[in-house]
Amino acid sequence: MPDTTLTSDRSHDEPSPGQYDDAAGYYTLGDPIVDTKAPQGPIADRWQTRKFEARLVNPANRRKLSIIIVGTGLAGGAAAATLGEAGYNVKSFCYQDSARRAHSIAAQGGINAAKNYKEDGDSVHRLFYDTVKGGDYRSRESNVYRLAEVSVNIIDQCVAQGVPFAREYGGLLDNRSFGGVQVSRTFYARGQTGQQLLIGAYQAMQRQVAAGTVEEFTRHEMLEVIVADGRARGIIARNMVTGEIETHLADVVVLASGGYGNVFFLSTNAMGSNVTAAWRAHRKGAYMANPCYTQIHPTCIPVSGDHQSKLTLMSESLRNDGRIWVPKKKEDCTKDPRDIPEEDRDYYLERIYPSFGNLVPRDIASRQAKNMCDEGRGVGPMVGDFRRGVYLDFKDAIERLGEDAVREKYDNLFDMYERITGENPYEVPMRIYPAVHYVMGGLWVDYDLQSTIPGLFVTGEANFSDHGANRLGASALMQGLADGYFVLPHTIRDYLADGPFDKIDESHEAVVEARKSVEDRIQKFLSINGTRSVDSYHKELGHIMWEYCGMERTAEGLRKAIDMIRELKADFWSNLKVLGSADTLNQSLEKAGRVADFIELGELMCIDALNRRESCGGHFRAESQTEDGEALRHDDEFAYVAAWEFTEGDEPPILHKEDLVYTAIEMKQRSYK
Amino acid sequence: MNLTLRIWRQADAADRGSLHTYEVSGISQDMSFLEMLDVLNEQLNANGEEPIAFDSDCREGICGTCSLMINGEPHGPEVTTTCQLHMRSFKDGETITIEPWRASAFPVIKDLVVDRGAFDRIIQSGGFISANTGSAPEANSVPVPRDKAMRAFNVATCIGCGACVAACPNGSASLFLGAKITHLGELPQGQPERWDRVVDMVGQHDYEGFGGCTNIGECAAACPKEIPLDVISQLNKDLRTAMKHGH
Repeated sequence: MPDTTLTSDRSHDEPSPGQYDDAAGYYTLGDPIVDTKAPQGPIADRWQTRKFEARLVNPANRRKLSIIIVGTGLAGGAAAATLGEAGYNVKSFCYQDSARRAHSIAAQGGINAAKNYKEDGDSVHRLFYDTVKGGDYRSRESNVYRLAEVSVNIIDQCVAQGVPFAREYGGLLDNRSFGGVQVSRTFYARGQTGQQLLIGAYQAMQRQVAAGTVEEFTRHEMLEVIVADGRARGIIARNMVTGEIETHLADVVVLASGGYGNVFFLSTNAMGSNVTAAWRAHRKGAYMANPCYTQIHPTCIPVSGDHQSKLTLMSESLRNDGRIWVPKKKEDCTKDPRDIPEEDRDYYLERIYPSFGNLVPRDIASRQAKNMCDEGRGVGPMVGDFRRGVYLDFKDAIERLGEDAVREKYDNLFDMYERITGENPYEVPMRIYPAVHYVMGGLWVDYDLQSTIPGLFVTGEANFSDHGANRLGASALMQGLADGYFVLPHTIRDYLADGPFDKIDESHEAVVEARKSVEDRIQKFLSINGTRSVDSYHKELGHIMWEYCGMERTAEGLRKAIDMIRELKADFWSNLKVLGSADTLNQSLEKAGRVADFIELGELMCIDALNRRESCGGHFRAESQTEDGEALRHDDEFAYVAAWEFTEGDEPPILHKEDLVYTAIEMKQRSYK
Repeated sequence: MNLTLRIWRQADAADRGSLHTYEVSGISQDMSFLEMLDVLNEQLNANGEEPIAFDSDCREGICGTCSLMINGEPHGPEVTTTCQLHMRSFKDGETITIEPWRASAFPVIKDLVVDRGAFDRIIQSGGFISANTGSAPEANSVPVPRDKAMRAFNVATCIGCGACVAACPNGSASLFLGAKITHLGELPQGQPERWDRVVDMVGQHDYEGFGGCTNIGECAAACPKEIPLDVISQLNKDLRTAMKHGH
């Protein structure tokens, strides 16, 4: 079995990157982060140690403590259900009309767990190993081990809630395998696993709403975090129906507000997914970690034109049976794929990576698809100067398994594809192209999931800690539920053991300041009265980000992007046009706030990408590659988490480095050949 | 394509509301219905008229947020969600009427946006399995026959969009209710609360102002997830059994 090679074995004649600092002048260096609060000792004992050491809050005292949770996806919904059940007073916020609509619902493929039901060599340690390796050794070892450890409980919990996972004929749970791994450890509910898991968490949460421990605030958007006397003590939210600006105070605040892939405008995220909750916290002192780590998903339906508002991915599980290819000859690219004989097809993943084939991790599958299209061997309609698509072909699977079996496995995915493209994938190969899907960057948290603002906890995709520079398939659902059901409830009780904290009210200076800044911002958006719509700014930002901070990046491109974003920002604040008023439902106003934050985030992402002169995970720095064009990491220079501190005015952001130390696993250069 | 759109505009819940006519041009067949509305909204914004408020989020047919009556049909002429409806389903020169969900239990908030909070309250009344976090038994300790698991899954795919209610002349949410009753009732984990669940959920359904089911079947015909009509039979059967046993 091929495996990874030691980094010291790598052969490249490039000079050490140590002599470069591409981002010089764009940042200042701050103190390193030395303590992540992870317990010491053998890795398998750390979480048990932490749980035992975390102080308890007795049931009578829990009633006196209040928790705000922003977001109702897998992380936020699960946390609200669990903490409500424990007896705390929980207030839950989401911008959607119902907690059931959080974007976790759209995850298709499955959720990993080290159950080893197939007896194929899986274990907690192997799930841990695969996840760290798949994350290109840029995640935190202690966190990932904990994730693998509690993965087993997640499945038990979900089954107990009535999540209808796929079953075998004997009534036991079925598994399949996913990109980047060689065991079958992924539990699934056809192509709608995220939906079923989310409904499970949502129902558990609604049970607590009925019990009176959780109070829901739907159609509410968090616009500011209140930091009083050094602690997060509440939020300012806008009631999106009445426009009322509300103050909500609590002993602790949890952000479970999801990822920021919509900074690219086109992504697989929901239209409303945004960075505002996280970015407002960042501006208040929470560090933003590895913001440039974006996962590009390889199996997305290609863009069809300029009108496109979002992208739809096809579950990665399709790569289990679908074979990916492009024509060998450029002149065949416009032909009907069924007329291209076998010998003229290039099954490039099977050719380049024979042991993993079509199941290579997402970053590799994505980059190779891009390479094929850049070579001029892409298929489908011309978009710009390129045909941006490769074939995902089920012909062999249909011959091998029969159409009925394929239909049973992937039915809804095939229907969805046909609906969007107007082509029948049982007859013509699907076309796919990479798209922005998930972000591994997010607010910096310690082992307890606490940010650099005391009392502000961050879970799920909104934090940075578990996925490194790339996320393996079926690991996001695992992290969301692990954080919400099993991690946060233990770590937050240790924090709350010091509570209840001194009462504060709306007259507190921190509350007044936070409210005022929200109100001023809203008034500003409505009063600019320029000529350009919010969406036009969002699209332009997205183009810049995809072009210069997407799958492949160069120092020169990133510097250019930073200049362009700064210009765009100035134009936004002087030429934006938002109609309507603040005291009703106003979707343009909502978007204006989100896009303003995306613009600032975009600039930081480019600075982070400029600093990281190495190729790893989802991002490829053209300056750092092996002789045969594979991604080249520089562990000697960049084995750190880049945690950025916000600075006011024109001061450059401050970079704090947290060294990534591996004691239970050896850092190796990834290879899937 | 060039289209004439007749769209319901209503400033807020108190406003009476009326249909307004707009023209759009240059619509491509590959656009989704909502992308077509995005084009219209850009046009309105440029002309100084406030864009039309409508709900959408995932735009991939799974979150259940989008909710438009298109020519009198929930989600329009195809069996799908509005976000997955594409303009190739319409003809050049057509006039399309777009309204919000129609049901007294779904009050209009603004333009095409309605309040579906009643669905959450129905779930709160019993649409869950009471399993506390952290003490669940080993997942494979309770086998679930494959056909039961499949049936549970097939009805658990309800996205809670409310099309069934909007389609029903009675404004009944029986399909939504039946889907949840059937999902949880098929599984061994759902048995202990089965009879109380159905009584409580039906009670909440009626309290919210949804109408009764008279077996018209428009709900199942409009359901983008093809939840079958027989979940309502299951609902009625469970309700009868529960009543018989004094729940």
